[in-house]
Amino acid sequence: MESTQDHPSVLERPRLLTLGDTAWTVEFGDRIDKVIHGRVLGLAGALEEARLADRRFSGIVDVVPTFRSLTVHYDPLCADGTLLGESLLKLADSSGSASTEGRCWRIPVCFDADFSPDLDELAAAKGMRREEVIAQLTSAQFQVYMIGFMPGFPYMGGLPPALEMPRLASPRKAVPARSLAIAGAMCAVYPWESPGGWRLLGRTPVPFFSATEAASPSLLTSGDRVRWQAVERARFEEIEAAGLAGRLDRLEFLESEGAS
Amino acid sequence: MAGSLEVIEAGFANAIQDLGRYGYRHMGIAVSGCLDAMTARCANALAGNDSREACIEIRVLGPTLRLDQGRARIALAGPVTATLKRADGQCRSIPSWCSVTLSAQDELKVGSCKGGTAYLAISGGIDLPPQLGSRSTYMRAQIGGVDGRLLTKGNRFPVLANEALSGSDVASDAWAQDDGPIRVILGPQDRHFAREAIEYFLSSEYTITPQMDRMGVRLEGLPLAHRTPESADIVSDGVTPGAIQVPANGQPIVLLADCQTVGGYPKIATVISADLSRFGQAKTGQRLRFAVVDLGEARQALQQREEAWSAWRNSLHTISPE
Repeated sequence: MESTQDHPSVLERPRLLTLGDTAWTVEFGDRIDKVIHGRVLGLAGALEEARLADRRFSGIVDVVPTFRSLTVHYDPLCADGTLLGESLLKLADSSGSASTEGRCWRIPVCFDADFSPDLDELAAAKGMRREEVIAQLTSAQFQVYMIGFMPGFPYMGGLPPALEMPRLASPRKAVPARSLAIAGAMCAVYPWESPGGWRLLGRTPVPFFSATEAASPSLLTSGDRVRWQAVERARFEEIEAAGLAGRLDRLEFLESEGAS
Repeated sequence: MAGSLEVIEAGFANAIQDLGRYGYRHMGIAVSGCLDAMTARCANALAGNDSREACIEIRVLGPTLRLDQGRARIALAGPVTATLKRADGQCRSIPSWCSVTLSAQDELKVGSCKGGTAYLAISGGIDLPPQLGSRSTYMRAQIGGVDGRLLTKGNRFPVLANEALSGSDVASDAWAQDDGPIRVILGPQDRHFAREAIEYFLSSEYTITPQMDRMGVRLEGLPLAHRTPESADIVSDGVTPGAIQVPANGQPIVLLADCQTVGGYPKIATVISADLSRFGQAKTGQRLRFAVVDLGEARQALQQREEAWSAWRNSLHTISPE
């Protein structure tokens, strides 16, 4: 990962923002940027380690990485907020960028016409053929910035600039669950049926949220990397059926664990 | 012999909540939990439970429950009353802020909530399996409570065995929540607002609008101008219940238990935890003011609230059987 020095969008020093008496947000920059996100994950990693041994970090209940900041929630009856804030800022000054690459997934997507209602319009707007759009989508590597908006919903960067397009002028009332979607420079999968204005380009048979996987109900986590693999309808239906029956091993789609 | 309570009328929009689900916000899972944690803690205390037990949260019309066999102690806290229909047909009214012991085939019909939020606790708690560490119903992810849904007719909750039910029924005064200004800590994005906006926010009244649900409540008052039109949007960052976000229209939204984990509107301030449960009792048209405190004062306020809570719990007194 490139050095954060001389990178204009990274703050010179991380900034500590107060989110009431139950959370701190440590901010590294004000935009969506791989380098800033590397610092966010760097602090998340350092904090995970520090929590094991260092009593100053007891009382933390949730650690939420976002595009450009890390929000650390704590129990105000267990932790001294002032002391925790100072300790977090000190850690952020020294934690640097994430030294490990996130997990790498290869996730099947079916691009059949009924799964990709916005694909033709996108292709036409870009002067491409359908197949070219799919080829670009399946050759790019995406990285997960954060999970939010709804349980398991990954905000992913890495969309080829040639495919960027603003969200729909009028959002859909119901986006089908597991739709692969883009908006602006972002890519995502809707884990649940929901209203939404992102452009739908395909559908994955893999559940992006499973409450029964208690260790990680969300398939993806901040820092993960994803590539899409085009599959035929028959394969889509086979995986979908296994997922609905609860006999799908999600790790089948994991190409590699995070590596140093 | 232990019996079970059956929901024979669902009421409207009743759900099981406890003190919330922690450790999963990085996966986009809301904290959930009781909108008014203090009143829920009172209901649990009246039922002889630890504060962490799950309760039925009532915001509109409460359910009707029937005990099939054995005995069960139930407690109500908050702005609601109930009618107890004994197996022999006798009826009597049950006020809030007390417990009542049901026998086999007794029915408890909980009435409508008079604004705000009320809680029904069952002695021994609601014995459903926690999901992701909590029994709180979170409908967005279909987890907690009974299959992640509102109560429905036919739901059954096992209750403690008879032998475990000792002592008499108890009553208390209503929990007195603070009525001063809602205390907030400025930030995290107070710098996105014009200086007059901070002044208006802290010196004028805001009204609770009807747009309130478990995710948040919209307020109406003097619009809070952002420093520039661009500063009305931020690249999404972490949010929490109590955060006060202000979209471009300048009208504040106080986030509540089921709020998302991240958000893209600037947050002018955040309600301190000692005052957050007061929003569980907010009524449409009610006016409120905000006052700034610092982190030390917030800590002190929380300690004072915990002392008040201990005093309240020590004031529980037994009531003689009917």
